[in-house]
Amino acid sequence: MTDKKTSVSRRSFLKGSLAAGAALSTPAFWIQGAYAGGHGFRNDPTNKATVTLGFNVPQTGPYADEGADELRAFKLAVKHLNGEGDGGMMQTMKPMNLKGNGILGKKVEFVTGDTQTKSDAARASAKRMIEKDGVIMFSGGSSSGVAVAVQALAQEMGTVFMAGLTHSNDTTGKDRRRYGFRHFFNAHMSGAALAPVLQAEYGDERQVYHLTADYNWGWSQESSIQEATAKQAKWNTVNAVRTPLGAGDFSQYITPVLNSGADTLVLNHYGKDMVNSLTQAVQFGLLDKQVNGKDFTVVVPLFSRLMAQGAGESIKGILGSTAWNWSLQDAGSQAFVKSFGQEYGFPPSQAAHTCYCQTLLYADAVERAGTFDPVQVIKALEDHEFSGMGNGDSIYRGADHQVFKNVLVVRGNQNPSSQFDLLEVVDIVDRDKVTYSPDLYAGELGPYKV
Amino acid sequence: MDAILLQILNGLDKGGAYALIALGLTLIFGTLGVVNFAHGALFMLGAFCAVTVNKAITLSAKVRDESVTFFEAYKDVPYLEMWLGETGSLIINWSIPISLLVAIPVMLGIGLAMERGLIRHFYKRPHADQILVTFGLAIVLQEIIKAFYGANPIPQTAPDFFSGTVNLGALIGMDLTYPTWRLVYFIFSMGIIAAVFSFLQFTTFGMVVRAGMADRETVQLLGINITKRFSTVFGIAAVVSGLAGLMYTPILPPDYHMGMDFLVLSFVVVVVGGMGSLPGAVAAGFLLGILQSLASMTEVKEIFPGIDQIIIYLIAMIVLLVRPRGLMGRKGVMED
Repeated sequence: MTDKKTSVSRRSFLKGSLAAGAALSTPAFWIQGAYAGGHGFRNDPTNKATVTLGFNVPQTGPYADEGADELRAFKLAVKHLNGEGDGGMMQTMKPMNLKGNGILGKKVEFVTGDTQTKSDAARASAKRMIEKDGVIMFSGGSSSGVAVAVQALAQEMGTVFMAGLTHSNDTTGKDRRRYGFRHFFNAHMSGAALAPVLQAEYGDERQVYHLTADYNWGWSQESSIQEATAKQAKWNTVNAVRTPLGAGDFSQYITPVLNSGADTLVLNHYGKDMVNSLTQAVQFGLLDKQVNGKDFTVVVPLFSRLMAQGAGESIKGILGSTAWNWSLQDAGSQAFVKSFGQEYGFPPSQAAHTCYCQTLLYADAVERAGTFDPVQVIKALEDHEFSGMGNGDSIYRGADHQVFKNVLVVRGNQNPSSQFDLLEVVDIVDRDKVTYSPDLYAGELGPYKV
Repeated sequence: MDAILLQILNGLDKGGAYALIALGLTLIFGTLGVVNFAHGALFMLGAFCAVTVNKAITLSAKVRDESVTFFEAYKDVPYLEMWLGETGSLIINWSIPISLLVAIPVMLGIGLAMERGLIRHFYKRPHADQILVTFGLAIVLQEIIKAFYGANPIPQTAPDFFSGTVNLGALIGMDLTYPTWRLVYFIFSMGIIAAVFSFLQFTTFGMVVRAGMADRETVQLLGINITKRFSTVFGIAAVVSGLAGLMYTPILPPDYHMGMDFLVLSFVVVVVGGMGSLPGAVAAGFLLGILQSLASMTEVKEIFPGIDQIIIYLIAMIVLLVRPRGLMGRKGVMED
């Protein structure tokens, strides 16, 4: 019998540990080297047959309806990029470099995430997409708090973020980032578009009460509409009350309005919050009142068809602004509505429109740049002028990554011709009238190379 | 003055919900000695009885919408409307009152099943164990509802008959309009509270339960099966909480988490009212509802910004400091 030595010597243990450590760190080493060395970029799909995009939308929470529609639009955009379906806006978009063979010949795949309308959950989901799923670009939105949070992450990680529905001035104002791009309009543009219409409809010197969602979008919307209406029609703010996001029952905030001396209520709410607050304001009989010798009126600065659907009868006659509406008659809008309608059986919302456009704009920028390298793609997007996407001639301003395009002023339709005909377009405000200086909201884009 | 009255009215409907949940919680605690953290889930289940009934009577056929020409669009036309015309529409419109009839036996069944299947085994265990198991049960119930109905609120509408506002100030020369359904909710909650108190006060069953709450051992020595009666009390508490949730759906669109939101407030109500005191729970429910509403007034918030978010907890702290057993608490309850 021979004694078998089974014990491990100190020297062999150290050797083994070193080898195991080197083996385990190899992937990270290669990734780090490729990224930090300046020759490559994160999640480079060059040597793969496919490219992955990340769609990070609110699937739960007060903006879940918008999130669901955003996801539908993303899926449709991927379909069109891959050459399936009727191509939608790829038939009308100008300039157009997409060929229907994916992006740079690579089939487009996607992963999805739930932001839960919470910044921390959205960041965690986006981080997973970038680190685990290897996305080259991610998109989504429906809350400016979320958009600002994930945009900062995009800058840290060096991955392009094409924001979905985010309306706060901060997104492309003080919190603008080189790696973040917004196609949707913002609160400043809403105020600029709405104020003249509000003056024409309701006159000068009204006493206004604001109920405002207590986060960056609400504050932004409140100050923008206050400034625009004060300047345009000398509207005076009686009170501005902040309400928690997702409050559900707004009655305790609405009852003080009744005796405040205000003749106008501005609801700086969005999604289900707006549906609830508007419905409850109507339930409390605000629209039947007369104050200061004027008919009491309610204004909803940011409107959507999905919200109109939720609010039902309450929305009829209420004025607001919207980025886009399915009833627009231009070729781009009609192509998109037809394509979306055939796919899902109902028309797209403004959230769906912006997400669809963002996906195509990103893909087109990659084609123009001839590479997925985010630095080159960013440069291709900056100051890029385009049309045929539903809002007339538009530009992705390089100074703040905000798209400037026509804005719609709409009214809850009092005589809808169909179940979807909920918004009546009152005015299409030209892009020049809503354009402002990039210095109005001070912010730094940050570096190209991170 | 109008503003204060309006806020008081607003507090009364909210207080009605707090009072009904707290009443059920106190009934269970007073009879069974169980701290039931799943009680909020019963409020939520009641609300989802309304959602389920509404879904059942609005089962629809997809019909081509000819008014949309861009693409093939379809609209949902409920079978009831197709078969019964205007009568069908009327039934759908009255789905919430109809669902009351369904919710009573369903909630009673859920209450009895919960008590006999789980909570009964924890009567002699410490309060910490009871809290853990009922909290776990609440989460399970929540997740079941989430799995079936999703995470988003599902709006429900009151019958058209109760839409609009009532001018309560017309009689006294004031402008005091208030939404009709919120008044209905307040009256409904008062009715339920009166029914529960009458049941306990004027029936033999109620007398035995009250005797059992005061001295369980003596009642058992008299040969009365108090445990069986207490099971029924659990069922009744479940019905009370469920109906409170059901009738609240036109005010607050129900979602799977709504019970938890109300539970925390209702526990504060029970503590402020006094553990084991039924009148205390009701009084504290309305009191805290009204105070919460008054704290939302602009004049109050100008002096104390953000007071509306903390007023209930502030009052609870003050009451517990001044009267450690709550407003109407009795000596010896939950003090062993």
